[in-house]
Amino acid sequence: MCDTCGCGSDADAVIRRPGQGSGHHHDHDGHDHHHGHDHDRGHDHDHHHERRERKIGMEQDVLQQNNLLAERNRGYFEAKNIVALNFLSSPGSGKTSLLEKTIPQCKGKFSVAVIEGDQQTTNDADRIHALGVPVVQVNTGTGCHLDALMINRALKELAPEANSLLCIENVGNLVCPALFDLGEAMKVVVISVTEGDDKPLKYPYMFHEADVCILNKIDLLPYVEFDAAVCRENAMRVSHDIEWFDLSVRTGEGLDAWLAWLERKMAKR
Amino acid sequence: MHEMSIALSIVDAVDAQARVEGAGRISRVELVIGRLAGIEPESLRFCFPAAATGTLAEGAELDIEEIAAVAVCGACGFRFSVTFPVAECPECRSLRISVVSGEEFVIRSITIEEGD
Ligand SMILES: Nc1nc2c(ncn2[C@@H]2O[C@H](COP(=O)(O)OP(=O)(O)OP(=O)(O)O)[C@@H](O)[C@H]2O)c(=O)[nH]1
Ligand SMILES: [Mg+2]
Ligand SMILES: [Zn+2]
Ligand SMILES: [Zn+2]
Ligand SMILES: [Zn+2]
Repeated sequence: MCDTCGCGSDADAVIRRPGQGSGHHHDHDGHDHHHGHDHDRGHDHDHHHERRERKIGMEQDVLQQNNLLAERNRGYFEAKNIVALNFLSSPGSGKTSLLEKTIPQCKGKFSVAVIEGDQQTTNDADRIHALGVPVVQVNTGTGCHLDALMINRALKELAPEANSLLCIENVGNLVCPALFDLGEAMKVVVISVTEGDDKPLKYPYMFHEADVCILNKIDLLPYVEFDAAVCRENAMRVSHDIEWFDLSVRTGEGLDAWLAWLERKMAKR
Repeated sequence: MHEMSIALSIVDAVDAQARVEGAGRISRVELVIGRLAGIEPESLRFCFPAAATGTLAEGAELDIEEIAAVAVCGACGFRFSVTFPVAECPECRSLRISVVSGEEFVIRSITIEEGD
């Protein structure tokens, strides 16, 4: 295990239904990393002296495995005409709250399903479940991001309806989720006014990858030192054509523009 | 942050390749990491030995070549080095630049010792 960060592999990820205890639905198909990474490989350490060495060219992209799986997910979404959005933010910026406000507004327009990613607990999935939409929780254990394999497994459990919106809430973390394509149509990064308007410059990879940025908690602007215009400008420097929404999930201010954008995306498929 | 899971996927890939080649062990893994790949070579070096434990890559030497990041201006064609995925052209101030190197993250080669 890595001492600097503690992240492990996705073999430890557990897919759960809301309220379900841990330990269920371990599903390792298509992946050879079993519990605790015991590779079950005989390995002897007798070092002979005259070993012949041979160099083998690979030229293989390290993220290839993830990227291939992400493309499979993307194909699944395309075939079922599903719009998948990957929601990313620091812990606590308001991803789940935003979904709680957004989903009821979609009723009667299009179906929504949700995949929740957290290291532990089904708390977020329980909050979404209370809205009456299909949801599964991916617990990544020590892992600090969702990857394409976890989504692949979660999709089998969730079986989202054709023509629906799929919201994937990533683990609260602005660093590595940027590297892992899940097969989504777009990345939506959420930032809140309590975080500092230089966030886009501190985490350029994330903002560079993002298609949409939601500045949340603008109800708190009078109480914090945060310049929304500066923040937006910083984000634009890193991602020139990012879609931008200022809103407060709490008061509902600015939500209309976001909901209208979402409806347009769903209509345009 | 993520270097452990990255190290595990590198180990998976080189271990699989080495098995295909009938290797007894892997003595060396050559990686290419661009400065804009979002990967810290130092963290990766730190995580790799643990990730390789119990595989053919256990004890393998990790050789990392870092690639400088270079961008080209879409407006005036100026080539310059960057340290950030986005930048302004130092010649004409245009923001229409594209990164031409520095985003690579590749396993270049492995060196194996033949199995018995
Ligand atoms: N004042 C204010 N608080 C908000 C707003 N939106 C969310 N919050 C609060 O912020 C806290 C975190 O919100 P969550 O929705 O759980 O955040 P999250 O991004 O899902 O968090 P993680 O899943 O843990 O990463 C909660 O206490 C929310 O009530 C807002 O617009 N204004
Ligand atoms: Mg949440
Ligand atoms: Zn991670
Ligand atoms: Zn790590
Ligand atoms: Zn220029």
